[in-house]
Amino acid sequence: MSTFDATGISARRPVTGRRVRPGDLLLQVVAGLAALAAIGLVALIAYKVVDGARLSLSTFGLRFLVHSNWDPVHGRFGAAQFLGDTVVTSFGALVLATPLALGIGLFLSELAPTWVRGPVTALVETLAAIPSVVIGLWGIIVLGPLLRDHVDPALHAALGFVPLFGPASGGSNVFTAMVVLAIMILPIISSISRELFLGVPVELKEAALGLGATRWEMVRGVVFPYARGGVAAAMILGLGRAVGEAIATAQVIGAFDNGFSWNLFNPGETLASKIALDFLGATTKLEISSLFYLALILLVFSLVVNLVAQWIVRRVSRRQGLR
Amino acid sequence: MELLAWLAAAVAVGILGVVVWSVAKRGASELNLDLLTKTPVQFAIGNVKQGLANAFVGSIVLVGLATAMALPFGILIAVYLVEFARASVKNGASLVLDVLNGIPSIVIAIFVFGLLVVGHGQSGLAGSFALATLMLPLVARATMEVLALVPDSLREASLALGVPRWRTTLGVVLPQTIGGIMTGTVLAVARIAGETAPLLFTSSVAGTSVLWNPTQPLQSVPLSIFQLSESPVPADHARAWAAALVLLLFILCVSLAARWLATRSRRKLGRAGR
Amino acid sequence: MPVSSTIEPAVRVETKRQPLPPREHLEAVFEIRDLTAVYGSKPALKGVTMEVYKHLVTAVIGPSGCGKSTFIRCLNRMNDLVPHFRQSGTIRYHGQDISGREVDPVAVRRTIGMVFQRPNPFPKSIYENVAWGLRVLGMKDNLSERVERALTRAALWDEVKDRLKASALSLSGGQQQRLCIARALAVEPDVVLMDEPASALDPIATQAIEQLLHELKREYSFVIVTHNMQQAARVADMTAFFSISQGAEGGRWGELVEYDTTEKIFTAPADPRTEDYVTGRFG
Repeated sequence: MSTFDATGISARRPVTGRRVRPGDLLLQVVAGLAALAAIGLVALIAYKVVDGARLSLSTFGLRFLVHSNWDPVHGRFGAAQFLGDTVVTSFGALVLATPLALGIGLFLSELAPTWVRGPVTALVETLAAIPSVVIGLWGIIVLGPLLRDHVDPALHAALGFVPLFGPASGGSNVFTAMVVLAIMILPIISSISRELFLGVPVELKEAALGLGATRWEMVRGVVFPYARGGVAAAMILGLGRAVGEAIATAQVIGAFDNGFSWNLFNPGETLASKIALDFLGATTKLEISSLFYLALILLVFSLVVNLVAQWIVRRVSRRQGLR
Repeated sequence: MELLAWLAAAVAVGILGVVVWSVAKRGASELNLDLLTKTPVQFAIGNVKQGLANAFVGSIVLVGLATAMALPFGILIAVYLVEFARASVKNGASLVLDVLNGIPSIVIAIFVFGLLVVGHGQSGLAGSFALATLMLPLVARATMEVLALVPDSLREASLALGVPRWRTTLGVVLPQTIGGIMTGTVLAVARIAGETAPLLFTSSVAGTSVLWNPTQPLQSVPLSIFQLSESPVPADHARAWAAALVLLLFILCVSLAARWLATRSRRKLGRAGR
Repeated sequence: MPVSSTIEPAVRVETKRQPLPPREHLEAVFEIRDLTAVYGSKPALKGVTMEVYKHLVTAVIGPSGCGKSTFIRCLNRMNDLVPHFRQSGTIRYHGQDISGREVDPVAVRRTIGMVFQRPNPFPKSIYENVAWGLRVLGMKDNLSERVERALTRAALWDEVKDRLKASALSLSGGQQQRLCIARALAVEPDVVLMDEPASALDPIATQAIEQLLHELKREYSFVIVTHNMQQAARVADMTAFFSISQGAEGGRWGELVEYDTTEKIFTAPADPRTEDYVTGRFG
């Protein structure tokens, strides 16, 4: 009484055959080419910049980095003063921005009442969205005169014995650029810090509070150490941003290329601002090549910054994964 | 110590407020329809009516072209890295994308100059290409994130039916990601709309007439602001503020749109996850 | 080792089902010979040899980690998607070897369907969930009829016929799983593999799915992995018991211990390990 069909049949559809479908191949190849092209793009950027700098590289070599002349007429070029101003403005911006940014990050993650967090976070994000040219415009017309009339002379009067705070003159100087850059990198550091602080495990914080620590002691003893690596990465990213900023810096730094000075209230030029202001007007091949050389320095720097920040992040997340 | 944190927040909010207020106040007083409809006048004397129509049109073309270049490219890259590539390839390529993201825009400008402007002259296409180079890592990363959110069970369901890989990717996986891709693209647009440096050497010697043709250099709003801000003429500053206000409003609206898109697509994905 | 001829199983086997004809009279859908599966360097299955018969429900039972899911996924080449997966041995489907590298897994999956543990309907409408596969696989003629037939077979038509355009995600878990079954049935497979199809569902939904198996095996053949012995006893005609073996260096893998009619497995198993498992002494 079998209800089963015991007669043999062959499978309705053959299962051996072509291994790779044309549709699959097409998609994979096209998408793969796109990925390859992206990698190629980065390589091409590096190549083009090095190629453009070739003349200057062969003429000056590494002395370019230590000499300070920038003389298109006589064909003598050196990046030292721009390196100096870049370092001063960027690190100065970092010094100004970091405590503020950490404070905001802390405020938004630990201290603020909930109804305040949303709006303030939105405001900080809005600051991040303002284009650099607009901040530069504000810097020229509002900030520059303000600093020139009130802050620079006061600082000079109070701290004039320090070479940094020499005699003040115009509103467009290294110090203004420093403040502008600080405003620009503030949102980056603060939003990363805020996320880091929020990511500290509740158990760790409760453990500290349970021992009787005050809120500040808990922050200092648990939150900051836990977030230390990430904050370092954020600062490095902020530094990278400040170094690479050409437009806002060009607008407020005063375009002065006759040597480096420690006086913050003197005008100056950074690597990025120099390229922005001089490139279109450059005449000789050597001048153009030297500007490419400046771009090469920026490129190498941005690469290093990126890789260091990534390395820190990887190390930190590995360590935290074990916790 | 808590006080310091409150102070820091106050300072930040204060700075932001001051900047936005300056732009709003000074820009609003100069804002008029002329800005959008009239073109600049060289060597203007007296109160000649002028505007920045060429810059607004130019920006629209430049940003539009850049998006058209970067969007398909970025999506394809993301599809390859998430759906096909081995982990090592994916990590390596992601690193390269991050490096690309970190290159200062002035270096991109000089690169595109060397690549496209030397021998051919400036053009809107070169400027768009520079902007697209900035957009690419943003779009690719946003797409990769959304692709990773699509659960594997969905891919398995399609493959188990005997649907080939490419149909699965195009018919099941990608439709899920459209919301996230749009959000990422809109945010990237907000970002590059305000970029000046990439256009500095690639699309900056534009004339004063309104042009739509990208084979010519096109004026752009951020570049106009930059040039006007460097000018000694106060009337130019006034127009710079007005343009800055329009630019800022555009970016804010676009960012809000992105946020709205993000919550909408998150809600949709949330239902899918149940 | 003396084994009692009949034992007190932990599970009551329904004896009112019809007795199966002797195995020589059954047609084999799968002939599996010495199947071994490895993930990278970790073995998952070793030396599985058995047949799966047409128009029967074959259950695969065993403790966690004994390779049941790996086994069933070998049958429709779903393990190809796992990196570093390798298998050896042969799987013959209606006489054709489907385990070789030259075989197109997509073609295999078109006649050997699968339903998964967690319902995974596409985020499309109810209608589209069933229709999309049909369209892609080139079965576009009489689309609406095919969709209705599939949903009817999955005992879902009456519940959804008025809201075919609604999102599949608005259905309950049990309904979603039946939709996945309809989706699989629509493309007219020969065999349907089920990897713990009811484990994420409540008892009522589970009962609905089990009822489907009774009715549908007239037209399809089923292989169902289940960790629930009672379920195997209720639905399966044949039962394969897998267990974990350990090697000298501490490696663990799954092996087929015993394969027989459900009744035999649960009332008079030949292997003591089977007896231990079905009497609930371990696992």
